[in-house]
Amino acid sequence: MCLGIPAKVIELAGHNRGKADYLGTKIQVDFSLLENVNLNDWVIVHAGFAIAKLNEEEAAETFELLREYARFLETLPSEKEKK
Amino acid sequence: MKELRDREVIHSLLKTIAQKTAALPTLPIRLMEVCGTHTMSIHRHGLRPLLLEAGVEMLSGPGCPVCITPDAYHEAAIKLVSSTPNIILATFGDMTRVPTRLGSLQTVVPASGSEVKIVYSPAESVTLAKANPEKEVIFFGVGFETTIPGIALAVRQAWQEKITNYSLLSALWVIPPPLRAIVASRDVNLDGFLYPGHVSAIIGVKPYQFLAEEYGLPGAVTGFEPADILLAIAAILDLIQKGQPAVLNEYRRVVRPEGNPLALKIMAEMLEEKDAFWRGLGYIPRSGLQLKEKYQHLDAEKKFSLKIAPEETHFAGCRCGDVLKGKILPPECPLFGRTCQPDSPRGPCMVSFEGACLAFYKYGYTGEKISFS
Ligand code: SF4
Repeated sequence: MCLGIPAKVIELAGHNRGKADYLGTKIQVDFSLLENVNLNDWVIVHAGFAIAKLNEEEAAETFELLREYARFLETLPSEKEKK
Repeated sequence: MKELRDREVIHSLLKTIAQKTAALPTLPIRLMEVCGTHTMSIHRHGLRPLLLEAGVEMLSGPGCPVCITPDAYHEAAIKLVSSTPNIILATFGDMTRVPTRLGSLQTVVPASGSEVKIVYSPAESVTLAKANPEKEVIFFGVGFETTIPGIALAVRQAWQEKITNYSLLSALWVIPPPLRAIVASRDVNLDGFLYPGHVSAIIGVKPYQFLAEEYGLPGAVTGFEPADILLAIAAILDLIQKGQPAVLNEYRRVVRPEGNPLALKIMAEMLEEKDAFWRGLGYIPRSGLQLKEKYQHLDAEKKFSLKIAPEETHFAGCRCGDVLKGKILPPECPLFGRTCQPDSPRGPCMVSFEGACLAFYKYGYTGEKISFS
């Protein structure tokens, strides 16, 4: 129920209505719950309403952290070496 | 965003978690994932057994609004559709399949001219009312804070446009109070919480603070990808190790500390708190929302004089209530997988896409696992 999908804003019409692209599918979105939505912003859409904007800087930080984890794995002894 | 599901990343995060738990005295560490979407993700990606191996046991909580809504609400909706001519009862798909003593909204025989319609967005229910002026449209709206702002906006639109054939049958629940109820009941031993990502996008992180301050339980808000979940668990383990209960925000790309101010404003404008009955948890103070007096004429309970007296029902032996407070795991229910299956559910926890029973059934221990060869 609280499933929210990340989608990219592709159309802004009047009355806070517009469209977003989710994995190639155009979905109708109501933007009334957000301020200053712009084309190409990433938003989280839930039950037809955009409920949050995606903060790209924060997203980039998380991904960088995860890449570090992937590198950290390479520094661990492999399963074979352990045996 | 493929990093969030990358095998190597997941593997190294699990290793990190195992290293952290190895330093702790009592295992497993028991964490409750509050949100049903977390439950689904944990099972879909086969994380539960992998986490158990790493010393962390995940318990599902009351994070599925369809599941925690007592039968009395469904039964009131079923009675309404079967006895009142010319109404359209609009609701989300999962709500139509919940079995009760009176059947379900899917099996109900509607009165003449009446029908049940599935909507995806609350906004569609207002459109239905405008398109069908000769009928009464009742929106059976269920949800947590993620969904409630959209429902509040729909009702406000009906109010602003003076639509008279519209009303809301509200099953609206707020997440922090049941967490207090679960911890205070001492029915389950918990070491911390994974807080819901999209509820928190609305309410922010502060409403969970009491669990750290009053109960010494750490927790983290997080997203729904496997790496999000594991990063948050690693962060919680650090807090446990340091003996520093706190609420962390590990979903900063979506959740702002203060939540969504516009959404909170519309909720405060339209709705007020009430004591509410949760399946499995009973009455919890200030855990539900209802329309304010000013909007009473849009409240279906009042408009149709519905009597909703929730009680704990164990329809056909369903133990969904115990599942929702983390007291039993779904396979411990005697009906699980036998008479209760996704195509013949005996309770809402097997119906809802976020129900713990469905998650266990669908992905189980034999589900698609991330294997490291
Ligand atoms: S398995 Fe079915 S009957 Fe048992 S608790 Fe879950 S939903 Fe209820």
